[in-house]
Amino acid sequence: MNHPASTVTTIARPQTHTLESAEQYAIEARNLSIYYGDFRAVKDVNLQIQKQKITAIIGPSGCGKSTMLRSFNRMNELVPTAWAEGEVLYHGQNLYAPDVDPVEVRRRIGMVFQKPNPFPKSIYENIAWGARINGFKGNMDDLVEESLRDAALWDEVHDKLDQSGLSLSGGQQQRLCIARAISIKPDIILMDEPASALDPIATLKIEELMRELVQNYTIIVVTHNMQQAARVSDFTAFFTMDEDRAGYLKEFGHTEQIFTNPKDKVTEDYITGRFG
Amino acid sequence: MTQPLTQSSSTPANAEFQPNLQLRHRNSRIWRKVFQISTIVGLISLTLLLFNITNTAFGYVAYQYRLDPASLALDGVSLEDMDQAQLISVLSQNISANALKGLERDKPLLQRSEAELRSLISQRITRPKVLGVWNLFDSLTRKAEIEAEALAIDPEARLEFKSWLTRDFITSPQDADPLWTGVWYAINGSLWTILITILVAFPLGVAAAIYLEEYASDSWVQRIIQTNINNLAGVPSIIYGILGLALFVRVLEPLTSGAIFGLSDATTANGRTILSAGLTLALLVLPVIIINAQEAIRAVPGSLRHASFGLGATRWQTVWHHVLPNALPGILTGAILAISRAIGETAPLVVVGASTYLTFNPNGPFSKFTTLPIQIYQWTSRPQDEFRSAAGAAILVLLILLLSLNAVAILLRNRYSRRLP
Repeated sequence: MNHPASTVTTIARPQTHTLESAEQYAIEARNLSIYYGDFRAVKDVNLQIQKQKITAIIGPSGCGKSTMLRSFNRMNELVPTAWAEGEVLYHGQNLYAPDVDPVEVRRRIGMVFQKPNPFPKSIYENIAWGARINGFKGNMDDLVEESLRDAALWDEVHDKLDQSGLSLSGGQQQRLCIARAISIKPDIILMDEPASALDPIATLKIEELMRELVQNYTIIVVTHNMQQAARVSDFTAFFTMDEDRAGYLKEFGHTEQIFTNPKDKVTEDYITGRFG
Repeated sequence: MTQPLTQSSSTPANAEFQPNLQLRHRNSRIWRKVFQISTIVGLISLTLLLFNITNTAFGYVAYQYRLDPASLALDGVSLEDMDQAQLISVLSQNISANALKGLERDKPLLQRSEAELRSLISQRITRPKVLGVWNLFDSLTRKAEIEAEALAIDPEARLEFKSWLTRDFITSPQDADPLWTGVWYAINGSLWTILITILVAFPLGVAAAIYLEEYASDSWVQRIIQTNINNLAGVPSIIYGILGLALFVRVLEPLTSGAIFGLSDATTANGRTILSAGLTLALLVLPVIIINAQEAIRAVPGSLRHASFGLGATRWQTVWHHVLPNALPGILTGAILAISRAIGETAPLVVVGASTYLTFNPNGPFSKFTTLPIQIYQWTSRPQDEFRSAAGAAILVLLILLLSLNAVAILLRNRYSRRLP
């Protein structure tokens, strides 16, 4: 990291009501099944995500990891045929209840994608836009600086904020996307293989950043990279799929336990590289 | 010929591959030639077209003068070398006082340029009559024969090299005499019509494309609409003319004639107005604009939409801030092509009721109209060769108009897309 860790911990985060903080989990899936048309991609998942921890979702290709991740902020609905059964509880509220607005959900539960996708706008605008459309009324310059600092990007870009976000390197672009995600003060950040398109050094930076961010945010990360899951996450959820190609949660626990002492044979085979 | 690489004999599977490199490379070369030839054929056609137009728009003309211009020389100064004052004195000596007063009333003689005065002298005093017209190619290659031909028509004939495309031609209204005719009213008619077409077709087309791409669900209704739009893009333009006649000229006459705004006058109260023409052309290009805009919107990467939605943007915010700005260059390219087509359209305007002879400058949506293609069409169908030369000049004007409008549009587009890094 290019800046002292203290800058991260001093973020002014609205510490809300006792009711929220009394809750145990940041977000929780209950009997969640996700369908694309008739096809059930994920079935009967019960998963509790701990607050201010990194939870990694691992599993073989096509087991519904990304689908699962996207169901947490209803990004799945951008696929016209997608629908869900069961509940996702966030602050005790089911996100799939009919009166819940997905636009509000996505502001509270941000997302970082596999391929860095900054807007084709200036670095400054990349951060400011999300805040502006969400009705941010504070000092925009401060918010941009704070977000970029928290994403460990400020030192590299502070003198070229008016340059295009696309002029940055891949790793910088991804950190810009993280800065963009945290600029609107979400509770939870979903990361869909955030480092899979990056080189090892950029990957390491992202991982360090995740460790810093988790002091203030809850992070759920999908990854193909087992070492990455082992390095960064506190909890690991292992998904695999049935004969009917529906993915399901095979094993969930502390990362250390999953990687050193898996309860399930399938988990062990996957982690030791015997399949997947 | 390249040497074949030596193969390791220890890989027996290689025997199953027969690379046949020579044949494959020959195929590549043949196809390359085919593509080259296609391009060359296109270039040749374009050159021929331009040559053909220029060929008719310039060349020798044999005149017979009512009054020999040489006889107007003052103190040994010929008409070509006179200054403004001398030209005015020639004018006042040779036309009646009444006619002079009329000219003064239109525009005081002292404010007229020398070129304007010379053309007045020509129209009012020397009054040349065209005996024969030759094209540019002949004029350059067989001058002697043309001179002989001209003298054979009339021993008094004077041969002069004339460019039919002159400043007078552009700024004059239509005239029964091909020497004095011009395209000013037609240019204005074309510009007004295309303005209305753009104002109607562009926003409607882009809006429809946004709806179809971003909002409409993939239902059978949407698919039927899509198929219909694709088919409409291929409907012959004359059909749109008939639709325009029925809908805009007849049914919507109170609107298109301006009657409901109290703007119609006796000459235009029949709905055959610039507004009807512009709306008809708008219908004609609408499907093309929609299809092109849809393509452009579809080409905006999904990752951009996801980034926007992931930040809690609504669909409208996503469309307005990300999809449209990134699709705009593509949308504009499609619109430019469609509008270019509309400028050159003749058939639907004939049906909608373009005027064959317009006695005033089109000055608004409720005016009667003629357009450049209509003008060209009429001139080419006249028996006199002179009108064919005028048509050639009018085609050049149309091409220049088209290219300048496109250039403006492309400049705007490039400027806009450069702002997006």
